[in-house]
Amino acid sequence: MQPFVELTAPACPLPLSNVDTDQLIPARFMSRPRAEGYGDFLLHDLRREAGGALDPDFPLNAHPGAKILVARRNFGCGSSREAAVYALADFGFACVIAPSFGDIFASNAVNNGVLPATVEEAEAETLLAAVGAGAELTVDLAAQEIRGAGPALRFTVDPVWRTKLLNGWDDVDLTLSHAEAIAAFATADAAARPWAQLRAERGGGSA
Amino acid sequence: MTAPRTLFDKIWDRHVVHDREDGQSLLWIDRHFVHEGSHHAFAKLRERGARVSRPELTIGIADHYVPTRTRDLGRADPQIADMVRRLERNTADQGVRLFGLNDPRQGIVHVMGPEQGFTLPGLTMVCGDSHTSTHGAFGTIAFGIGASEVAHVLMTQTLWQRRPKRMRVRFDGRLAPGITAKDMALAFIATVGADGARGHAIEYAGEAVRGLSMEGRLTLCNLSIESGGRCGMVAPDETAFAFVKGRPYAPAGEAFDRAVEAWAALPSDAEAAFDREVVIDAAAIAPTVTWGVSPEDALPIDGTVPDPARIADASRAAHAREAIDYMGLRPGQRLTDVAVDRVFIGSCTNARIEDLRAAAAVLKGRRAAVPGLVSPGSMIVKAQAEQEGLDRIFTEAGLEWVASGCSMCVGMNGDIAAPGERCASTTNRNFKGRQGPGARTHLMSPAMVAAAAVAGRLADVREILGETA
Ligand code: SF4
Repeated sequence: MQPFVELTAPACPLPLSNVDTDQLIPARFMSRPRAEGYGDFLLHDLRREAGGALDPDFPLNAHPGAKILVARRNFGCGSSREAAVYALADFGFACVIAPSFGDIFASNAVNNGVLPATVEEAEAETLLAAVGAGAELTVDLAAQEIRGAGPALRFTVDPVWRTKLLNGWDDVDLTLSHAEAIAAFATADAAARPWAQLRAERGGGSA
Repeated sequence: MTAPRTLFDKIWDRHVVHDREDGQSLLWIDRHFVHEGSHHAFAKLRERGARVSRPELTIGIADHYVPTRTRDLGRADPQIADMVRRLERNTADQGVRLFGLNDPRQGIVHVMGPEQGFTLPGLTMVCGDSHTSTHGAFGTIAFGIGASEVAHVLMTQTLWQRRPKRMRVRFDGRLAPGITAKDMALAFIATVGADGARGHAIEYAGEAVRGLSMEGRLTLCNLSIESGGRCGMVAPDETAFAFVKGRPYAPAGEAFDRAVEAWAALPSDAEAAFDREVVIDAAAIAPTVTWGVSPEDALPIDGTVPDPARIADASRAAHAREAIDYMGLRPGQRLTDVAVDRVFIGSCTNARIEDLRAAAAVLKGRRAAVPGLVSPGSMIVKAQAEQEGLDRIFTEAGLEWVASGCSMCVGMNGDIAAPGERCASTTNRNFKGRQGPGARTHLMSPAMVAAAAVAGRLADVREILGETA
């Protein structure tokens, strides 16, 4: 995974609260392989007019090249679909700034190197105004600061996620280094909680 | 003496493989469900050349994309058929059991899991679906995860998590007649907001919760994610044990008795501390419906559409304006004046047998004024409903009776509402476009959806039933 350290880039205001994952990527696009790229599906139905043409006034269309998204509260609420993050990342976003995030969305974002930066509601409004007027932002993960919209703002992010993003770490490698502890747990658990175990089925069950 | 602990903490502590100094714990996962949508995770395994570490703890189920009007993939949309077949291939390659399209036990993962006895008290359960919180009804830690995490669990049977805060939601007193778990959940979400429980594991408690059947508890826990909660749980009791007993994959005989002993020790200790407590007066809950595009936009059926001009908070007022515009409503409009175009009874929230019975009780001997779809939560629920004659009540009322799947909850299988159509729905999300591009969704209980079907508008089920009483 690409580390995220500091990013200076154009930003896009999305002055909406409760932007759910169904809006971030409608379900009908999620059967495609990731390799095909998910960027075109980002906010697919909000970005388009009834006939299907891009709405030039929709923020995403009015701010081409943006890599930072600023939104209102409860961004990414809803389903666990990681495709919502694929759509953001493939569109070019590396950071979303909002007053709060859906839990599953935020952890999916981090697993894809996208930073969910949490700010106060009033600060989000300040950023929305500045970015709407064309300000570029700098998001500095080491200092946990956003610069470019008046005085530097502090954002919060889970410290573990911060370390993970700064280093571009992947959990699986880390976990595999605990393979012995996992095996020991499983053995002890099988004895302690026989009722919790499941047996394999021959042939993997029916079709 | 150990310090008093909550239900959540007792289960969590039992599953910690490794605690890291930075507050992350590596948790053992007892049950992992995969569905067609898990194809991204299987692709990640292929990229790494990795195998599923504990295939016996992984359960495959076809639900999200399955066609409900035919079980013949040859007659289904080719893209949808491909999703079902991809799951068949991925599970077969990895030796994972599958409840496939034509398995008589097929159903929506959160209906089939408890039905088959995969769901038990005291477990950790995950699935790449946010409504995995449903299983918490048995007193188990169950939550939704993303594709990267699904791949991680497939490869290691573990997951890194930070212990969430604990929240207790106490429903004091008893529900009024005709009020259901769906109304309780919507009332709770409207109280705290769609992100009100963010970062918290919820334990639902109180007299009204104790009095719920397992079906009701499953509905309540199902909607935990709509308040932003990490998971939702109900302490296991006799109601839960009785439900589990005799299920195909549940422990049997002496193993069951020993399990019950372990489960009986799970409820929160009397002195256990919660980070937050919310108390709701159960007796005051009315039949509740949503008017907007977030589950927090919920009101009693005798309410009116809010007026954004009267909402002080600017961002909340903007949300209300957006919602009213999308939903095609007027500020101040009476909810009972909102005409609907179709209804849907289904989803892991409200498609268990009790839900179908409640809807059928309203529809019996009546005609639906609008078209609609009834999709049972599993093929076992479907068979049961047919045995009870519920299917005939639905079809005689003019509704379509189809096979089990996620169907119009998410529309992945092509069951959708048309742009601008208004649907009274037993599902869990009224998000923009959730039931199809431009579709407008109102969430409510099965009985309330049935009432809306009969009236052709949002209606108070108590009045419809009262008419004939
Ligand atoms: S019915 Fe809806 S919420 Fe439930 S598992 Fe299917 S898509 Fe998810």
